[in-house]
Parts: sequence; C-alpha cells; structure tokens
Amino acid sequence: MRLDIDIDKDVCIGAGQCALAAPGVFTQDDDGFSTLLPGREDGGGDPMVREAARSCPVSAITVAESVSRPGEAGRAS
Amino acid sequence: MTETVPVAFPQDRTCPYHPPTGYDPLRADRPLSRITLFDGRPAWLVTGHGTARALLADPRLSTDRTRDGFPAPTARFAAVRNRRTALLGVDDPEHRVQRRLMVPSFTLRRATELRPRIQEIVDERIDAMIAQGPPAELVSAFALPVPSTVICALLGVPYADHDFFEGQSRRLLRGPTADDVMDARDQLEEYVDELIDHKQKQPEAGDGVLDELVHRQLRDGELNREEVIALAIILLVAGHETTANMISLGTFTLLQHPDRLAELRTHPALIPNAVEELMRMLSIADGLLRMALEDIEVAGTTIRAGEGVVFATSVVNRDEDVYPAPDTLDWHRPARHHLAFGFGIHQCLGQNLARAELEIALRTLFDRLPTLRLAAPAEKIPFKPGDTIQGMLELPVTW
Repeated sequence: MRLDIDIDKDVCIGAGQCALAAPGVFTQDDDGFSTLLPGREDGGGDPMVREAARSCPVSAITVAESVSRPGEAGRAS
Repeated sequence: MTETVPVAFPQDRTCPYHPPTGYDPLRADRPLSRITLFDGRPAWLVTGHGTARALLADPRLSTDRTRDGFPAPTARFAAVRNRRTALLGVDDPEHRVQRRLMVPSFTLRRATELRPRIQEIVDERIDAMIAQGPPAELVSAFALPVPSTVICALLGVPYADHDFFEGQSRRLLRGPTADDVMDARDQLEEYVDELIDHKQKQPEAGDGVLDELVHRQLRDGELNREEVIALAIILLVAGHETTANMISLGTFTLLQHPDRLAELRTHPALIPNAVEELMRMLSIADGLLRMALEDIEVAGTTIRAGEGVVFATSVVNRDEDVYPAPDTLDWHRPARHHLAFGFGIHQCLGQNLARAELEIALRTLFDRLPTLRLAAPAEKIPFKPGDTIQGMLELPVTW
C-alpha cells in the first residue's frame, strides 16, 4: 500500500522515535529533525510506518493511504 | 472515579522495582485520581496510559515551576523552584529554542556513533572490577561511572571532576535539606561558569556539546551565559543520574528474575526490547510535574486552571488495558509505548543515548561476569526514597 506521509518539521522535537520504530523509512537530518529516507517517501510498504507515527511524542507525523494518481488503476474514492 | 480519601504522593516503594503498595488504590481508579502533596496541597494524579499521553502533549499544561501554585513533591523542591531550570523547566517558545539547539547532539545516529566508545568505557570498568576481584559495590564501581564518563565525553566536561559533580548532583536531587539543594545548585553554577571561562580562553573549540554552546551560541548571542549554565547543569545531571539508576536497578531486577536473565543470555537479540520493558517496569522518574494554565476537560472531569497535575509513570506504565499482566517482566511484549521518558515536547532528550548505554552496559556486565550475583540478602539492600529518581543506593555483588 502506498502511503502519503507528512512530517510537520515545525512541530518535530527530534526525539528520534520514528527512526527507531521504522528505520527503513524514517531518519533524522543534520538538524535532528525527522525526514524520509530517499526512495521511501511512500512508506515502501513498511508495516512499521503507522507505529512510527504513533510513537511520535508530538504527533508530528500523519499517515494516509495514498489516493491513486492519474493513469493508475485503483480506488480513487 | 470514586470519591475516596486522596492518596499521599509521593510514597516510598516497598520493593525497588514495583510501585509503592500505597498506590494500589490509584491503580484501581484510573485514569485520574486526587492526591495530597507533602504540604497538604491537593493535586491531580494521572494514572491511565491514554490520558497521560494526551495530557503530556497538551500545551495547556505548563512545566514552568516558577509559576505561582506549581505543585511541589518535596519541601526542598519548593525551596528551589524559582531557580532557572533549562528544557524541563521552561515552556514553548523558550523551550523550543533550547531543544532545537540540543537535538543534533542527541539523535539516534549520534547515539549509534557513540556505541564503540560506550563499549570501551563499559569494558574498562569491568576490567577494573575483575582486577580488583570480587566482591564489588556495583553503583560506585560500574552503574555511576559508566554514564558519568559518557556524558563527560559528550559534553566536554573533564571526567577528573566527577567526584565533585556527582556529589553535587546527588545533593541537588536528594537533599536531604532545602539548603543542600540550594548550595548544590550554587556550586554547580560556579563550576560550569569556570568551565565556560576556561573554554572561552581556548583558541580552538573542543568537540563537546558545551564547547559548541560556548563557541557558537554564546558568542553569537543566541544564548546568554545564564542560559548556557542552566543547560549545562541539566544535561550533566540528567545525563548521568538517570542512567546510573537504570543500570543499578536494572541489574538488581535481572538478578531477582533468573529465568528472564537466562532467556536474555540465550537470546541476546531480545536485549533492546528487554531494555524497553525494564524502563516500563522500573519507571525510575515517577511523578512528572505540570500545572494547568486553563480549564481542561478530561476523563469526564475538569482540571481547573491553576491546579497541579502529576503523572505517576509507575502506575501509567502498568495500565493493564495496554500491558496485559503488567507486573510481569516479558521481553516479548511490545513495551515501546511506555512513558518512562515522558511524552510531548519534553520527552527525554537523551533517550537514544540512554538506550545505547543500557543495552551495552547490561549485556556486557552479564556476558563478562556470568556468575554475577547479589552479595547480600536482597531485602537488606538499600534503595532510594520515593521522592527522587528511583534506583539502588548500593548494590553489593560478587561473582
């Protein structure tokens, strides 16, 4: 499942909980803020993405199922 | 919630790794209870996991202890609450500025980079214990010097001064009197002030966090000297006392649970989750303090503006709706959502470093001293009173 993952860097406190929970998707940039690993912007099917969002102490991460893009088959409901 | 006599908070533990038995009525009364603090003042105690997560992330709760009416767990806390406390003692937006300066030095990546150095420090301490021969007092021989050496290296504080700052930290956290706490705070301020002078005279900045603060933020006016001192003190104190308590109490708990310890030896891959489970079970920072700035509707009641709100992490972390059989150590349970590091904007800055230290310290200790055992009857070994960070006062061991 492709996901839309949004990180609110104004809210992020750099606790690193997301990178600990889902190290295949999240990392911390040089300033310590949460960021997505290159190529994993859609979650890469990692089942721990929602766990990472729930781990965030300041709810800086929102995860939603990606609505399909033009040309893609699927559920644009 | 039932109308009952408010429970006194904090209380001493009867067993160092279980909440005080005096908190049993609170466990039956989740998620919110009334308590009475040392001075007779009433406050709210948060005991439910979901409610604690929501309230710790609620900006209507302040952590600024200089506010009139901020709850005090002890007389000595009340006496020093007007002294500036960085990070944990300030609300946003001031907190946010401080936190953002600190975050790059405490990332998961930085903690991972420090692992080889932590391993060396742990090995050096165990080498010394082996050279000395059994028995040993594990708090002074291992649990305290390991995190103390690590935080010195990270901050750029000379470890040679450890007797001084460990002693003053002990007085700052445990008194016993308010005068002890005031004097310890004065002495730590003076010490850091001199350290800043020393660092300012060095032509090249060292690579510690404090060097960075002095040579960049202080020079550029982003922080003033008082702020740098307050930041250095909280990093130094929180950086060694908490982890030292987790190592001593974690070791004691493992020795009291030989089956769980044997399981860890057979399956070392369980160690990271075992550290989470120990943090959940031991909840050494028990009684996080806040004050409501506005009326807050929660759990069918109203916390009024100006009321004190205390979080009993030892009770929250044993909420059976989240952790089935909460009084049992279980390395396989998902323990990660414990609130031992707090939650919200003040969640522990050093948590990734603490995890690395605990994993390495506990694994190496039991690897290299496979016959480690208590050198005194468990019930005779003294531990800390309930009004401070929990842990062992002493831990006599042999092997």
